[in-house]
Amino acid sequence: MSRKVLLANAHVEGIQSYEVYRKNGGYRSVEKALKSMTPDEVVEEVKKSGLRGRGGAGFPTGMKWSFLAKPEGVPRYLLCNADESEPGTFKDRFLMEKIPHLLIEGMITSSFALGANTSYIYIRGEYSWIVRILERAIAEAYAAGWLGKNILGTGYNLDLYVSPGAGAYICGEETALIESLEGKRGNPRVKPPFPAVKGLWQSPTVVNNVETIAAVVPIINDGGEEYAKIGIGRSTGTKLISACGNINKPGVYEIELGVPVEEFLYSDQYCGGIKNGKKLKALVAGGSSVPILPHFLITKTAAGESRVMTYESLADGGFVSGTMLGSGGFIVYDEDQCIVRNTWNFSRFYHHESCGQCSPCREGTAWLEKVLWRLENGQGKLSDIDMLVDISKKIEGNTICPLGDAAAWPVAAAVRHFREEFEWHVNEPKACMERNYGLITEPVATV
Amino acid sequence: MTHSTDATPFQFSEGALAEIRTLMQKFPEGRHKSAILRTLHLAQEENNGWLSIAAMDQVAQALSITPIEVYEVATFYSMYNLAPVGKYVLEFCHTGPCAIEGAERIVAYAQQKLGIRTGETTQDGMFTIKEVECLGACGYAPMMQVGEFYHEHLTEAKIDQFIDNCRAGNINKGTWRMH
Ligand SMILES: Cc1cc2nc3c(=O)[nH]c(=O)nc-3n(C[C@H](O)[C@H](O)[C@H](O)COP(=O)(O)O)c2cc1C
Ligand code: SF4
Ligand code: FES
Repeated sequence: MSRKVLLANAHVEGIQSYEVYRKNGGYRSVEKALKSMTPDEVVEEVKKSGLRGRGGAGFPTGMKWSFLAKPEGVPRYLLCNADESEPGTFKDRFLMEKIPHLLIEGMITSSFALGANTSYIYIRGEYSWIVRILERAIAEAYAAGWLGKNILGTGYNLDLYVSPGAGAYICGEETALIESLEGKRGNPRVKPPFPAVKGLWQSPTVVNNVETIAAVVPIINDGGEEYAKIGIGRSTGTKLISACGNINKPGVYEIELGVPVEEFLYSDQYCGGIKNGKKLKALVAGGSSVPILPHFLITKTAAGESRVMTYESLADGGFVSGTMLGSGGFIVYDEDQCIVRNTWNFSRFYHHESCGQCSPCREGTAWLEKVLWRLENGQGKLSDIDMLVDISKKIEGNTICPLGDAAAWPVAAAVRHFREEFEWHVNEPKACMERNYGLITEPVATV
Repeated sequence: MTHSTDATPFQFSEGALAEIRTLMQKFPEGRHKSAILRTLHLAQEENNGWLSIAAMDQVAQALSITPIEVYEVATFYSMYNLAPVGKYVLEFCHTGPCAIEGAERIVAYAQQKLGIRTGETTQDGMFTIKEVECLGACGYAPMMQVGEFYHEHLTEAKIDQFIDNCRAGNINKGTWRMH
């Protein structure tokens, strides 16, 4: 179970360059799509593949593409979301650094499928060296005739540009990304209208994550059905997981969806187990926005079944005992880590990154940060714990974009699973300040 | 960061102006406002690492937009400095994954070594410390960004060495220029 379809060639010497990439089978998907398929046939293959968006939400890509409005005489745009700012996530960076032409190739094939003649890669501004890597790859692709006018003599034209941001997590949200690309503040738009109808410059637009677009390459090369054979059920294909925290082997791994969490966490092929011989305390499986789980709910579901790395299995138990695959940011906490402190840290992040348009998010994230800070610093009250839950409920579902939910859920989950530790912070502030955290015990009765 | 009212004039170099014209061509007719973020990066680079009112006004002029459109954008994004900074801006990530791998300890060490707090600049104008949110290097924590480059797996010894190298003029910050 370790087939690679994105990173198979990532370690080939010189694969960053066009020549080596091409010699290793690069740009075949463009040839195939442009010369022997109609745009709709490409969309059809992507539908068959079962590919789901790798940016976090997991929405079926083929379906998203088929929603794209196609009014006569109006340009359509494909935007690649390379904003990658979700704490714990560093996979898109890896892909773009190691094998940039894979993204360029995916952009061409996908743009063709959508009928876009101008496409942009919106990348977070801090990745400025990757901007350079991508622009070099794009220049090579133009020189070799894969971009520009009348590509491969088929009459299809495509211009591809990289457009960097300037530091704002919210610009990863697709409508904020569009605003930012239009040269404005990254304030998310009220939906509807959805980008598929009115996106960039009011034209129909598709926004897809880097990894999603890269996956289109193997899907077109080998066929959607072949891709769908990888994985389990509705979780088809491979997923890049960026593993970090207290593990022996942090890094980016391409897994076949369906690998058991236990294997991913402990096998030497992947994370290599917890660092310094410590015990696992908690885990965030899909970036800071997904619910944190205590050690006893990670490798097994509440019903005692083995948890595997798929959208469905990680979500098993819903918000009571499950979590989400999210962006693939896998953050591991050992027994010494403080959940209250970590929750405060993430709340500070969401407060800082809130664009400020909606009161529940702007004010609520500030409150969460403040209350968590006083709990962490030995100044909390027991009633603060319920207040946290109350604040998160008031944010959830009441905002323009999902950043509000992303800020609320992790706090609610931390309190749900680690209430003892929050109470301990109130009752034993001194001991907590000395940072002797310890493992919480498994509750006897499940809620 | 509070806004500086420093009134030193600013002028883009010829090279930057040519580059801005190229940037504008990446967007359709009439959509050149989209070049603003990168133009602001260039302005910051040519204004000692921060955006003065004069620099932002030149951005407005170069893109034929109003100054308020530029201020609106410049105040939204965290990579823009709205007050003077040191020659080397040490941007430490302090978000969860870095924090559990010792980011707090590393920031405290740098603060103590340089005798400044986060947001401050050393008296010789060499160093500024900033704390920033996750930079996509969580697996290589703790980390900081200086100019264009990431410095990962930081230790106290690496901070010492880095600061020595800056003082000796051996650190290349990189550039926002296209190649
Ligand atoms: C606050 C917020 C931040 C987001 N950040 C990112 C991001 O950095 N990268 C990304 O691909 N998607 C991000 N998303 C999801 C995008 O809005 C969008 O769903 C995604 O780019 C769609 O691509 P996909 O279908 O290929 O996953 C974010 C969403 C929210 C609400
Ligand atoms: S939920 Fe938060 S980030 Fe999203 S639009 Fe509202 S204020 Fe902005
Ligand atoms: S948490 Fe520091 S780089 Fe992600």
